[in-house]
Order: sequence, then C-alpha cells, then structure tokens
Amino acid sequence: MELSLLLIKALIILAVFGVTLLIATYSTYAERKVAAFIQDRVGPNRAGPFGLAQPLADAVKLFFKEEFVPANANKFLFIAGPSLAMLTACMSSAVIPFGGTLIIGGEAIHLQAIEVNIGILYVFGIVALGVYGIMIGGWASNNKFSLLGAIRAASQNISYELAMGMSIIALLLVTGTLSMRDIAAQQGQELFGISGLNWNIFYQPLGFLIFIVCAFAETNRVPFDLPECETELIGGYHTEYSSMGMGLYLFAEYVNIFVASAVMATLYFGGYNFPFMNQLGLPHNVVTILGTLVLFGKIFFFIFFFMWVRWTLPRFRYDQLMNLGWKILIPLSIANVIITGGAILLKQELF
Amino acid sequence: MQSLSNRAKKLEKKPMTMSERMYLPAIFQGLSITMRHFFKKKATIKYPEETRPMSAVWRGLHVLKRDEKGRERCTACGLCAVACPAEAITMVAGERKRGEEHLYREEKYAVSYEINMLRCIFCGLCEEACPKAAIFLQNDKLAPARYERDEFIYGKDRLVEPMPIQNQ
Repeated sequence: MELSLLLIKALIILAVFGVTLLIATYSTYAERKVAAFIQDRVGPNRAGPFGLAQPLADAVKLFFKEEFVPANANKFLFIAGPSLAMLTACMSSAVIPFGGTLIIGGEAIHLQAIEVNIGILYVFGIVALGVYGIMIGGWASNNKFSLLGAIRAASQNISYELAMGMSIIALLLVTGTLSMRDIAAQQGQELFGISGLNWNIFYQPLGFLIFIVCAFAETNRVPFDLPECETELIGGYHTEYSSMGMGLYLFAEYVNIFVASAVMATLYFGGYNFPFMNQLGLPHNVVTILGTLVLFGKIFFFIFFFMWVRWTLPRFRYDQLMNLGWKILIPLSIANVIITGGAILLKQELF
Repeated sequence: MQSLSNRAKKLEKKPMTMSERMYLPAIFQGLSITMRHFFKKKATIKYPEETRPMSAVWRGLHVLKRDEKGRERCTACGLCAVACPAEAITMVAGERKRGEEHLYREEKYAVSYEINMLRCIFCGLCEEACPKAAIFLQNDKLAPARYERDEFIYGKDRLVEPMPIQNQ
C-alpha cells in the first residue's frame, strides 16, 4: 500500500518534471515562431516539419560549443551559477496542482507532485532563491558588465518581490489559505449559478495586474530584462558564458516563465476549473482530465502573453523600472490589501 | 532663437494625462497592433521550394542553344567574349572533323566554352553580339550559390542545352 503510493507519487513527480522541461524546450521554438509571426516572417522551418526539431538542433549546437571559463573567474562559482539557476527554476513546479483527483480502484489520486500547506510561500522562497543563480554567475565572471547585470538583477528582484508579496497577501485575505490545492479547489465553486467560475480574478483584478507585472520582472523578461540589456551591458550577467552554461541560463528563463504562468493560472484564473464543469454530467475522471487540459490551455495562453509582450514593448530605463516598482506598484498593492480587507469586513457586517 | 523660416511649430510640453501615465492603454494599443501583424500574410518566400516569379525579360543563367536538328549553333567566333564587359567568357575554337556533322552546325565549333559566373554581370551583351543566335540568358534559371570558386566556372557540360530526346 505504502509502496504503491510512493510509486504513484514518483510517477507524478517524474511526469511534472518531464512536462516542465518539454514545455520549456518548446517555448524556445514558440518564442522564435511568435517573434517571426509578429514581424511578418515565418520563423524556423528548416529542421523537421515546420521546424519542430529546431530545439534539438539548438541543444546539440550548444553542447558541442567550447565550455569556456575566463582566466580570472572563480571556477566553482562560475559553474555553480547556471546550475543554481536551473535547479531553482525546476523546483518550483512541484507544488502546483495540475488537476483535481483521479479515482482509480476507489483510491483518489491528486494530480500534484507534493502537497504542502504553505504552497505559495514555497514558490516564493524558490523564486527568490532563483536570483542567486544570476548573481553568483555574474559575480564569478570577474567582468564589470556581468557584475553590473548581476547587481541589476538582484535589486530588481528585491524591488518587485515586495509588490508581488503584497498582491499575494490581498489574495490570501480572500482565500484564507496558503495551500495551492485548496486555492485551486475553492475556485471550482459556483458563481452566478455557473460551477467552476469562482475565479479569483473577479475578486482581485488589481492584484492580478500587479502580480503579472511583477512576474515579468521576476522572470527577467522584456520590458524588465535590464540584467541582460544588450545595448548597455553586452550580454549582462551571461556575457562570459558559452556552451551549456549559457544554455542553462536561457533554459532556466523559460522554465521560470512556465512556472510563473502556471502560478498565475492557478492563483487567479481558476487553475484546473472551467465553467460548467459540474453541470455537464460527465464522469469524475473525465472532468479531471478535461480540467488538466484546460489548465494547460491557460498556461499556454500566459506563455504566449509573455512572448507577445516581449515583441511589443521596448525595455524600460533603469530609473523608470525603479520608479514603477517603488513609487507605483508598492503603494498600489498596499491600497489593494486595505481595500480587500475593508471589503471582507463589510461583507461580514452586512451579510 | 529666431527661426529662419517662421514656420517652426511652437510645442508646449504638456503634463501627461492620467491615462497616459497609467501606460496601460498604450500597452494594449501596442499589443493589438502586434496581434494584427501576427495574422497578416507573411512576406517570406521559402526560397528553394518557392521562387519569386521572374519577369519575362529577366536575364538569368546562360544557355548554349542547339538548332532544330540538335546541332550546336556556336561557331566559336569570339564576338561574345569581345562584347563581354566583365571578360567572363573564354573559348577554344576547333575544326569539325568528318563524321561530326550531326554534332556541330558549322565547320568551326567551340572545343571548350567557359563562363565565369563570378565575373559575369548578366548584362546580356553576349546575347546581343551573337550572330548565330547560339547564346541566350534564360529567364527561369539562376546561377546558384556554391561552396568552391572553381565551381562557378561553367563549362560546356553545364552550358549547352541537353539533346532533344527524339534525336538521341
């Protein structure tokens, strides 16, 4: 009994890990395709049908490049940087519920790798750790441009984590729990008689706006990709990296995008719930599988949104970035917390 | 400063309105523009599979024509080589032997005929100079890219029109 449970958990963890890496791999392809389509081109189409083997070709190319370590770099830290970035990126998808329960042989199996009752805190901790990969890598390169990029990444992440945490606090006031599984399950309740539409976006639109802006900053994506600003810093923190060290940094960015999309879909857009999920009269397992597909649909939409914004907006200037973070987003998020708290009190008094 | 033309427009720097300072309307405008481009027809021509339609008077790769009986028209008179402003054409003339009447139309023919496609500017003066209507620039073929320089020197094997099938 214990062994079968362990086996199932191991399978789910393996599946989540595999899916994370697969989606990150094909995000590189999707990014190039989206970029091309937005710029009226067709994008990679030589490797395999529609260029689908392009990520493989890129990986092979990166593996065969020389792994170069600068003479005055700290070798241990230089290698630890990208490894840490990749490790932390892969860890955070563990607590995301990718579906409800599958009932097999009278046993309810949760489609989630690990259930911790502080799921959001776990994600936050890991994401905050992610900046160390960039910082250590940039610092160990012994290059002033890398160091500047690393410092930018660190200060940017600190600034935006505050606003992000505040927007999450407002969300927690609404949900009353830190567990990702419970938050996802709560959003499956009825709203206006439609089951599976009790999404947090309807209670926290401003919180979501703040969260998505901070998610862009946390994943170092355009318009907040100051740490790797080519015009000012050559390549930023990965200037000195070649081969798979560079590959890991780029790959970690896409894993982070996947995780950020999954967290946004779970926290604000109903997770695996979809409208009319309980009114269709389908068997429980079918609804669960449909829900997982819907969740991935939402995740893909957010990944697409990340790319869409990247090929639309120019980069912020660094002082604009700091102004936006400290003078606009943090006051807004505090106001959001106060308004949410007031609304909850009012609701308790009146109803 | 006094403006010279008196047409310079006076601009006042207005403070940004609330909606401008929120950035969001402008961001959504930008996103809608990029989305429109996403579904637009693509400008790319996927070259080896598709080719751009060429004009009827396009001057592309040369061909050495045969006459209606399948004999080479070129008599190695050298007028094309003289006319060529890029000096891309070289040839060696030879005398037709007995028994070769079905191969060459006149008594003199080109033993070797080479065009250096790296020198050629595809001006078409060789075509104009030719008294025997032997050399033409095709309007449906290009001299493709290659890896080695000597592959660009096209000899008779690549220039002469292949034999019509019924004469073989």
